[in-house]
Amino acid sequence: MINQPVVQEEKLLTRPVGEEKRAFMYGNEVVVWAALAAGTEFLFGYPITPQNEIMHYWSRLAPRYGRGFLQTEDELSAGFAALGGIMTGARCFSATAGPGTVLFQEPLSMAEMMRIPLVLVVQQRGGPSTATVIYSQQEVFLTIFGGNGEGLRVVYSPGSHQEMYDFTIKAFATAWEYRFPTLVLGDGYQAKMREPVTLYDPRKKGIDLKPPFPLVGLKGVPGVDREPAHWRNAFSVEEELFEALKPVIDDFHRAAPSLSEKEEGFPEGAELIIAAHGIVGRSVRAAVRELREKDIPVGFFRPITLRPFPDKDIKNVLSACPRLLVVESAQGQLAKLIRIAVGGELEHALKMYAYFRPGLGITAEEVVQEARAILSGERENEAAMSLF
Amino acid sequence: MSEQSMPLSWRTETKPHKFCPGCGHGLVLKALGMAVDRLNIAERVLFGCDIGCSLLSWDFFNLDTVQTHHGRTVPFIVGAKRARPHLVGIAYMGDGGAYAIGVQHLVNATMRNDRILVIIVNNTTYAMTGGQMAPTSLPGQKTETTPGGREPHQEGYPLRGPEMIASFAPGGAYVARGSVSQVQRLSRFLERGLENQLQDRGISVIEALSTCPTNWRTNAVDTWKYLEKEMTEYYPVGELVSPWKSKAGEANRL
Amino acid sequence: MTLRNKRIVMGGEGGQGVQAAADILAQAVFEEGKEALYIPNFGIEQRGGVSLAFVQIGGEPIGSPKFKYAHLIVALSGRSLERLQGYMSEESIILYDSSLLAPPQVSDEVIGWQCYDTIAPEAFAERRLTDRRQSFPEIPRKVKYIFGLPASEMAQNKLHPRVANIIILGATARFTEIVQLESIKKALEERLANKIKRDPALKDLNYKALELGWEAAGRMIKIPVSTGKIFKR
Ligand SMILES: Cc1ncc(C[n+]2csc(CCOP(=O)(O)OP(=O)(O)O)c2C)c(N)n1
Ligand code: SF4
Ligand SMILES: [Mg+2]
Repeated sequence: MINQPVVQEEKLLTRPVGEEKRAFMYGNEVVVWAALAAGTEFLFGYPITPQNEIMHYWSRLAPRYGRGFLQTEDELSAGFAALGGIMTGARCFSATAGPGTVLFQEPLSMAEMMRIPLVLVVQQRGGPSTATVIYSQQEVFLTIFGGNGEGLRVVYSPGSHQEMYDFTIKAFATAWEYRFPTLVLGDGYQAKMREPVTLYDPRKKGIDLKPPFPLVGLKGVPGVDREPAHWRNAFSVEEELFEALKPVIDDFHRAAPSLSEKEEGFPEGAELIIAAHGIVGRSVRAAVRELREKDIPVGFFRPITLRPFPDKDIKNVLSACPRLLVVESAQGQLAKLIRIAVGGELEHALKMYAYFRPGLGITAEEVVQEARAILSGERENEAAMSLF
Repeated sequence: MSEQSMPLSWRTETKPHKFCPGCGHGLVLKALGMAVDRLNIAERVLFGCDIGCSLLSWDFFNLDTVQTHHGRTVPFIVGAKRARPHLVGIAYMGDGGAYAIGVQHLVNATMRNDRILVIIVNNTTYAMTGGQMAPTSLPGQKTETTPGGREPHQEGYPLRGPEMIASFAPGGAYVARGSVSQVQRLSRFLERGLENQLQDRGISVIEALSTCPTNWRTNAVDTWKYLEKEMTEYYPVGELVSPWKSKAGEANRL
Repeated sequence: MTLRNKRIVMGGEGGQGVQAAADILAQAVFEEGKEALYIPNFGIEQRGGVSLAFVQIGGEPIGSPKFKYAHLIVALSGRSLERLQGYMSEESIILYDSSLLAPPQVSDEVIGWQCYDTIAPEAFAERRLTDRRQSFPEIPRKVKYIFGLPASEMAQNKLHPRVANIIILGATARFTEIVQLESIKKALEERLANKIKRDPALKDLNYKALELGWEAAGRMIKIPVSTGKIFKR
């Protein structure tokens, strides 16, 4: 009786999306359908553009499928309420952006310490400060390393509505399997644009959405039938913390190879690799395709997980072609991650060029132009790197 | 305290507890333990403790317990309760957590009438961090950040939390102030607060006047005197809003 | 051969229905099984300011949602046309609501023709729409063609003032040379489903508006238009 879910797991998983269907949707709506299909019980949220429609769609659809919604007083409350719900064994999530992502660091860091499978969708907007409500890729560091701690989180950076659907579902699977907070890092463009997506029931695709489990509110009288569940995040001495934290960090690193994902294109014989993530990856993919059609030897690399980063893969690609152009709507956040990932000798050999447009969209034409300029020797890589 | 006098819901393995000698926290938790025992709800309770000296209660009870962050215990318990309404949610926090850093959560949970019990330990200071001024520090009270005493002209007058909550508490809410100088009475308030939740009526907010001899730098006599005289004068003890009261004008609250 | 993608940017004053028109266009192309992407220009200014909508349609995968140069630029107001100048290239076709705008000042730099529906819009425009009329901003770049369609005027006289954006949608759709009129009708009907349920006459009204625009565009396309080179300095 005690830990009875509001809705039975069976129902949570099957009802919203039955047969596979192609739809023309806004990204925020895609997120909602993915969360519904993944059997998510609750959304706790606070309004901020450009993620508002996640709350709008959810509050309309949730009652239809027996799910819950609460508009909280701020993002701190949204995050901690989600943590509370999750610890009772309910899949819960939230969505935010910009200054909201800043406030979310507090619940995220509690989730890291206590291994609470919190799922957060971030639709990046311009920064720093209030900046724009439109678009950027400036929340990379905030989502992966924000908070006081070690960045023990999984961060997916999807580049299309299909991936937004796939990886939102996957975020719930990952969070509950590995018990690390898992984020889906979208952006204002992805949130507000409409494009095709195929919705499906994850179970029919063989996606293993393990049933959620409670961490508190367990069966039996605590102290009589069972031990009480006691969860803490504060420790009195250094050694105690170190001992508690070590296995968490080890778990994260052990899981990293199976968690990291990437996309590569045309690496064979490439004389320049162009790296980008998220929606900018689309422009880069299109640019590389166009250049290859003209027999210009360029390839591309797109990390899908920004944390854990696909270190090995990028090393492999860059060992074969140590010339790299990083394209991002931020001032070198991805470029820094790549530098850390590459490290060692390769870092010395690496010629890195930058096309940084903080808070600005980047088109395929710009990428084509920049790649051509680099290949014809019109750009200096050292100068680019000093832009950090 | 002998084993016999311990509430059933207390966890003997973690006793003696970690609070300082003479600390009021232990008494508030005793009052709570007795209330939980009387209602026989240990299996359903989710106890959340804040950061502050309340965090020392993380393994205090034979109750499922989560230590949260400073000021965030209310939203944590709100989320748990919304997801699993069968649980009995208790948010246990200090006056700093409830009235300063987390006051927006307390106000909004009250506005929504979330079915939870919030217990606020008023020791007129930020105890865990070494005795700084709290919203509840009394005028003239010397703290680490008001070495010359709290000066209302500069630092304002102390906040009367339950009175603030009572001023807009929706129908079904239960608001009271108890004191560790009257543990039995405090325990009755807590029991009512829990019953209010069990009956799905509304939020329960209960402040407990408490002691912090360590930061007050008082001996046993002065500690008790400060609690019973200065504090109780400024912070009157009693029920402020109760769905059981049938006073005129409060009928709609039943 | 894959169908090359077309980029369309539409602009107007908030409330003129630009977003709905763009959205319906993209939806219709999607329903035909082709690639489509629509994104509104959103920001703090979205209320009461100029409203832009970006649409990409065709047979190729779509890269970034926003773009630098548009094949087709559709303006429902003077202010929006000014905002749209940045998207013009030599390949651009401009379609504007000529009943709300004075005809363009064709400077030496500016190329093109104004192609009007058979009725002369100017007189009507003068009489009824003087206060709403705005001057046509100078177009600094060379573009391919400029077409003026008195959509508001046509809507007001023939149908209902509210369907001006649908007339423009009909014309825009035809100019893309990608989508069928039937698909637009279907997408429009879907979009208005609730309203049509309440007032079935709306369906016909909107269909008529679409057809008006579609046909007008057909006539405009047939009119031989000059190319940029003739006007080169
Ligand atoms: C975000 C944040 N700010 C500050 C602190 C430091 N801190 C820990 S406990 C505390 C004050 C506790 O006072 P109170 O809530 O009254 O509880 P008490 O210790 O008096 O019982 C503060 C400021 C913290 N843990 N987190
Ligand atoms: S510092 Fe004060 S409140 Fe904290 S345990 Fe000691 S006496 Fe209690
Ligand atoms: Mg205190």
